Amino acid sequence: MQLDDLYRQVIMDHYQHPRNQGQLADDAIAVDLRNPSCGDEIRLQMLVEDGVVKDVRFRGSGCSISMASASMMTDAIKGKTISEALHLAHTFRGMMKGEPADLDELGELESLQGVSKFPARIKCATLAWQALERAAGSSEVDGEAKA
Amino acid sequence: MNPLAIREDFPIFQEKINGHPLVYLDNAATSQKPRQVLDVLRRYYESENSNVHRGVHTLGTRATEAYEGAREKVARFINAPSPYQVVFTRGTTESINMVAHGYARAHLQPGDEIVLPPSEHHSNLIPWQQAARATGATLRYLPLQEDGSIRLADVEAAVTDRTKVVAIAHVSNVLGTVNPVREIAAIAHRHGAVIVVDGAQSVPHMPTDVQDLDCDFLAFSGHKMLGPTGIGVLYGKPSLLAEMEPTYFGGEMIDIVELHESTWKEAPWKFEGGTPIIAGAIGLGAAIEYLSNIGMEEIAKHDAHLADLTVQRLAEIEGVTVYGPGPGKPRAGLVTFNLDGVHPHDVATVLDAAGVAVRAGHHCAQPLMRILHVGATARASFYLYNTEDDVDAFVAALKQAKEFFGHAIG
Ligand SMILES: Cc1ncc(COP(=O)(O)O)c(C=O)c1O
Repeated sequence: MQLDDLYRQVIMDHYQHPRNQGQLADDAIAVDLRNPSCGDEIRLQMLVEDGVVKDVRFRGSGCSISMASASMMTDAIKGKTISEALHLAHTFRGMMKGEPADLDELGELESLQGVSKFPARIKCATLAWQALERAAGSSEVDGEAKA
Repeated sequence: MNPLAIREDFPIFQEKINGHPLVYLDNAATSQKPRQVLDVLRRYYESENSNVHRGVHTLGTRATEAYEGAREKVARFINAPSPYQVVFTRGTTESINMVAHGYARAHLQPGDEIVLPPSEHHSNLIPWQQAARATGATLRYLPLQEDGSIRLADVEAAVTDRTKVVAIAHVSNVLGTVNPVREIAAIAHRHGAVIVVDGAQSVPHMPTDVQDLDCDFLAFSGHKMLGPTGIGVLYGKPSLLAEMEPTYFGGEMIDIVELHESTWKEAPWKFEGGTPIIAGAIGLGAAIEYLSNIGMEEIAKHDAHLADLTVQRLAEIEGVTVYGPGPGKPRAGLVTFNLDGVHPHDVATVLDAAGVAVRAGHHCAQPLMRILHVGATARASFYLYNTEDDVDAFVAALKQAKEFFGHAIG
């Protein structure tokens, strides 16, 4: 087990300097999620217009993996359509299961690939993505874009 | 007592963890099992296996004798006046739920109070929340001191004639504080309340005398004291067990069954509906024999020594916060801590890479985490097979974690 495979520099950078941290106005879609087994929490807010993620913010507390994953996720989905964002979530979950990953689609997120070798930490990495999936399933996102 | 010799009895220490010898410091979650317990389980299934209390055949008699023999061992271990005060359950959680359900609910009314500390494990908290909701009773929380201890003056103030139940852990699974249960029991009894003691972290690690404590109920788990999972104990005073309603109804627990109503056996059997946890109880009996041969006083001293040593060593590392009693203050064999700027998950992952198993998370005590103003913590907990070398390995790995993250983040 190589710790450097897990804690890559990109992850540490996002952990130390999280992107898109903060709050959006009240009309944004908001999802609060926690991982009851360890206490990690995230509040994800998303502003969706015409099926496109116009803005996204998160707040939370958790380990380096969960916070870095949230930071990278918000960076990655900004400007994407909801269906593109959900596709990315699917690809990310695949990578966590150790499936061959589409590196072009994942971009920087590829740095989290090492988590797949630490089964106890996969839940940390997927917390933000679960919040995204919830937010995308929210009734406030119009049905067509969701599909 | 010689931990190195004791380790020889535990096959798990042959395992390599990420290329390192196992340094197992998660004993408060569950303990490892000695060959003596594993052998008894095997022997039971190979030469005694049968259902108990039924039938007349030879194996049935063997199994029943072994099962009831285990009950006697438990009774002696906690100095219960009679084995009939020992109910076999699935563990601490089930034991406390059975009391909250079968005893407390029948005795609680609107206006009554249940007194407990906010530091309790969820399993000694939620059953009381539920009992309060069902009956209109209220929960009244005891204040905690800075180090997590409870002052008797605060107990005196909180316990009144409205109090029907006082629920408290003998040893906190997060803080390592040892609560003055005997004195609290006396206060409860002066007001006519019963005291329910969560012994999950005390019974495995120190001598327990239910008559000396004068507790009304005591709950503990076999798996934290070298026994198998799935077996636990509820001890109760005879008059209380007699009043208490069973939680599970069905085979084994009945006396006479009519079409429209039935009657139950006496305690403890009325609480053991269905085929009981036969192998589990026998395994727990073997675990108790193993612990008794070493001596609970010895084990308590050993665990506390390793915890004290750990507290001292952690005080030398800058950026480490230790929760609970300060250096030199009495503490049970566990140390909960945080490393500044590094989440406990990350600490635990780095320790694991060095073969050191610690717990990271909220330790089933979310209200206490809020009081400590942390989302999560890491915890090292000791048992009879741990050594000072284990403490060294743990401290070295923690320094590595600090350096690794200091470097990675810095
Ligand atoms: C203080 C305390 N109470 C209760 C429990 C619950 O024990 P179990 O999960 O065996 O029912 C535990 C252990 O997890 C504990 O530490």
